[in-house]
Amino acid sequence: MTKKTLVVIGNGMVGHKFLEQMIAKKAIDDWHLVTFCEEPRVAYDRVNLSGFFSGKTAADLTLVEPGLYQDHNIQIYVGDKAIRIDRDHKTVTSANGITIGYDNVVIATGSYPFVPPIPGKDTQGTFVYRTIDDLEAMAAHAKSAKVGVVIGGGLLGLECANALKHMGLETHVVEFAPRLMPVQVDDAGGTVLKNKIEALGVAVHASKSTTAIVSENGRVTKMQFADGDELQTDMIVFSAGIRPRDEIARDCGLAVGDRGGIVINDHCQTSDPDIYAIGECALYDNRIYGLVAPGYTMATVVADNLCDRGSNAFTGADMSTKLKLLGVDVASFGDAFSKTSGAKEFAIIDSIQGIYKKIVVDESGDRLLGGILVGDASAYGNLLQLMQNQIVLPPHPEDLLLPPREGQSSFAMGVESLPDTAQICSCNNVTKGQICSAIQEQGLTDIASVKKCTQAGTGCGGCVPLVTDLLKDQLKKAGVEVKNHLCEHFAYSRQELYHLIRTQKIETFDQLLAGHGQGKGCEICKPAVGSILASAWNDYVLNPPHVGLQDTNDAFLANIQKDGTYSVIPRIPGGEITPDRLIVLGEVAKEFGLYTKITGGQRIDLLGARVDQLPLIWKRLIDAGFESGHAYGKALRTVKSCVGSTWCRFGVQDSTSLAIEVELRYRGLRAPHKLKSAVSGCTRECAEAQSKDFGIIATENGWNLYVCGNGGIRPQHAQLIAEDIDKETLIKYIDRFLMFYIRTANRLERTATWLNKLEGGIDYLKQVVIHDSLGICDELEAEMAHQVETYACEWKTTIDDPTKLMRFRHFVNVDQPDPSLVHVEERGQKRPAFDDEKELVITGERS
Amino acid sequence: MIQALPTQSLINQWVTICPIEQILPNTGVCALVEGQQVAVFRVGDGTEIYALSNYDPFSKAFVLSRGIIGDRNGIPKVASPIYKQNFNLQTGQCLDDETVRIPTFAVRVIEMQVQVSV
Ligand code: SRM
Ligand SMILES: Cc1cc2nc3c(=O)[nH]c(=O)nc-3n(C[C@H](O)[C@H](O)[C@H](O)COP(=O)(O)OP(=O)(O)OC[C@H]3O[C@@H](n4cnc5c(N)ncnc54)[C@H](O)[C@@H]3O)c2cc1C
Ligand code: SF4
Ligand code: FES
Repeated sequence: MTKKTLVVIGNGMVGHKFLEQMIAKKAIDDWHLVTFCEEPRVAYDRVNLSGFFSGKTAADLTLVEPGLYQDHNIQIYVGDKAIRIDRDHKTVTSANGITIGYDNVVIATGSYPFVPPIPGKDTQGTFVYRTIDDLEAMAAHAKSAKVGVVIGGGLLGLECANALKHMGLETHVVEFAPRLMPVQVDDAGGTVLKNKIEALGVAVHASKSTTAIVSENGRVTKMQFADGDELQTDMIVFSAGIRPRDEIARDCGLAVGDRGGIVINDHCQTSDPDIYAIGECALYDNRIYGLVAPGYTMATVVADNLCDRGSNAFTGADMSTKLKLLGVDVASFGDAFSKTSGAKEFAIIDSIQGIYKKIVVDESGDRLLGGILVGDASAYGNLLQLMQNQIVLPPHPEDLLLPPREGQSSFAMGVESLPDTAQICSCNNVTKGQICSAIQEQGLTDIASVKKCTQAGTGCGGCVPLVTDLLKDQLKKAGVEVKNHLCEHFAYSRQELYHLIRTQKIETFDQLLAGHGQGKGCEICKPAVGSILASAWNDYVLNPPHVGLQDTNDAFLANIQKDGTYSVIPRIPGGEITPDRLIVLGEVAKEFGLYTKITGGQRIDLLGARVDQLPLIWKRLIDAGFESGHAYGKALRTVKSCVGSTWCRFGVQDSTSLAIEVELRYRGLRAPHKLKSAVSGCTRECAEAQSKDFGIIATENGWNLYVCGNGGIRPQHAQLIAEDIDKETLIKYIDRFLMFYIRTANRLERTATWLNKLEGGIDYLKQVVIHDSLGICDELEAEMAHQVETYACEWKTTIDDPTKLMRFRHFVNVDQPDPSLVHVEERGQKRPAFDDEKELVITGERS
Repeated sequence: MIQALPTQSLINQWVTICPIEQILPNTGVCALVEGQQVAVFRVGDGTEIYALSNYDPFSKAFVLSRGIIGDRNGIPKVASPIYKQNFNLQTGQCLDDETVRIPTFAVRVIEMQVQVSV
């Protein structure tokens, strides 16, 4: 049998998917496949195009495994555009003059960015955002630009704004409609989104119509709006929507829609049954699908039908989307605008945290029809499953938007309750059943191999949490232990190791390794175990069995700086310090030539100490009554205070005294991560207690306790756990809380992150800490009591033991400091020299 | 006694730097040998010993002797205390960046004295 010839026009995401499907179906035995690829490179991942700006190369983005087309005898013409289909002679001709006779054609030409007809739109400095070439041009221009504007505040426009911001430009978004993302989000959601995005430093100009782009010396300089306003800018990116590339179909007389798009039927056939159209160029049921998933479905439908006529049909696609735009979660799904008759809406707006959630349910309130989530889209996966699988909703559908009612678990859909037909990955159309059988039949145990075998999770990535849950659930059912191993040396989680160490009274790393580990350990397990041993037994961390476990900061009881010198931060409990002690700090700093700075934690940092100076400095400090501030350890850092009722006219309790008491109680306590606290004397909260791991605020009747807050990388407010309690109760709750955290958290997991993962959240924590629901509070309190009793200042112990001091030398064989250290003076103090200054100092040109 | 693989074939002269017990098990020290800063590591509590340059090319500071010792898939290594890149103690090869390798030095333990040759 002679092979038939099939020409695929366009080698974008969907064109490539179609070829993959043909390969998978072994159709290459019957077909001679030819494809024209207009771009200078084969298909790449356009969905993740913006990754180009965060360092991904064209090679990283490619979708075509090297050799794939050659191995399957697929003829590809790269950099050659198909320009004509001659339906009478059944040929396709390209710009380079190649003509191929065909039996069938698949058009997968995608779309192009629409550029509104604004005067000046072609000036140098204007761009579109569609191909790798576009991005290369933008990056080149941005080097000499300070301000960038995106015209269009839809999905792509916001993604593009993110890219401009990453390139360091002052970024603006100009939107014609009154709100951002007009297609996916309603007015209320648009307002929340706008506030969030503006808070990130991107200026949003809604309801603005651009009338002209003005240039100077051939380069963009500003834009003018219909309302008379102007905006200065160095570059403009158009993201005002897409238009299907249907020209080749138009020219050969195929039916196209009024507003463009190649008309297709359920089999993705055009008005010529031998010619198919798929992806963003195709118009189905009067609609263009600007997402990749529907295009992939079309590709599968055509491949199925070519191999087995009439076997599959396209019936439209779900346009649900979830994205992270500029770090803000946005999701929109189903009937987001309540178009179904009788539909009811429930919504919550939290304008402080910038969260908007809306669900649309049917008249009876039984089924979910759609919804919009802005600011927090964590519920997206569950809601989508509820909608797609027509699951009957709980009696109060609004509960889906709220934290669980007291004493109830949330109505979250466990993966186990989904039917096998539930679609888990919409990008690649993979169902729960397919994923489960792949896991079972091929014995998959990690997420990477599940992705590889099933393709689930390889598109937008939105379904990965669900796929992970599925994997865990399957492994659990199969009796396979789900791995949460610390590292290659210990097949245990931190929590399990903590338990082993406590119950078996293990006192050293070597004992633990011999009994429960393998190899020699590493920089992950050693400090983690060192920390557990310290939390459990409070042994001096520089004792010989422990010293090699410590990160350099703990190993030298000081924070290492970029040049290898250290900082010294003595404890100043509650931030209170006498003038005499202040003078000592000044004298010591002067004598040893240390750079001096007030820290963000109400204490004083002396920087630039050489390793050999540390014991001398600490000797002076200890003699003056100071002790270690543990600024180097994953341990209690500071308890900040305000002046409180002693001085402040508003204070209702003595916050300073309490802060000092709390700091002294928990000083030296080692934990999975550092711990910070604060005490404020009234609700004005000058000590910022609500940003701490545990924070205390005075009330008229006692104290309020807040837990699990932090500043830092992802700020999160602490949550109220107990109100108006007296001091004894307060200390008892903090003891329990801290020890429970130390028992159960992962390594380097701060309390806020720990709480976020704790099943049942703050309510569960309340049950454990206040109502003793696990019956462990006595133990927790006893463990803390042991810590408090056995506290000793590590620096004092070190100074008092000459053998310990041996390690504080730069060279073991000569008495000489590190000769590579170079400092220069700035504002009357020293600082480490920059690389280019080092030579100048050495040659004497700078002191 | 185990000896690290020397990078240079010619061993000039052994310099005694300290008695072995001055290097606590599973820690490192730094020695100044003919003007060079050499990091010497003691793996375990016996005489398994290695010598590398003390210069961390990533932080540009002389600090490697203060890193944590361990192994990756059985290869003995040290993690830089500043940005945590790992170096193979036997070869000086950086395990996290194949383009980086730092000098190693010959080292041995004779009569419980540690000796280095640069
Ligand atoms: C010295 C100080 C900056 C200053 O000059 O003010 C400082 C300096 C460092 N901070 Fe900080 N932080 C300092 C206050 C803070 C604060 C403010 C506060 O405590 O009120 C925060 C935000 C509050 C918080 O932690 O929730 C802060 C959030 C961080 C973070 C992010 C933590 C997070 O959970 O996201 C890190 C990174 C880490 O710990 O992993 C960090 C890490 C560091 C390290 C240890 C980085 C390092 O590994 O070298 C810096 C040590 C410098 C040094 O060698 O001394 N530092 N750091 C402050 C010392 C306070 C003290 O007296 O002990
Ligand atoms: C920045 C960006 C982010 C996106 N993010 C998402 C997302 O998060 N989720 C999502 O679902 N979708 C997203 N999309 C949309 C997604 O990329 C498209 O839906 C998808 O690429 C459509 O595939 P396609 O094959 O139809 O078109 P394309 O991928 O555009 O491929 C068409 C190809 O055909 C070529 N071509 C055109 N005419 C001819 C001709 N005559 N001869 C030869 N070749 C021709 C074109 O040059 C192009 O290479 C994003 C798009 C962009 C630009
Ligand atoms: S928190 Fe209250 S008591 Fe403390 S300083 Fe502020 S206003 Fe005064
Ligand atoms: S839903 Fe996009 S990768 Fe699965």
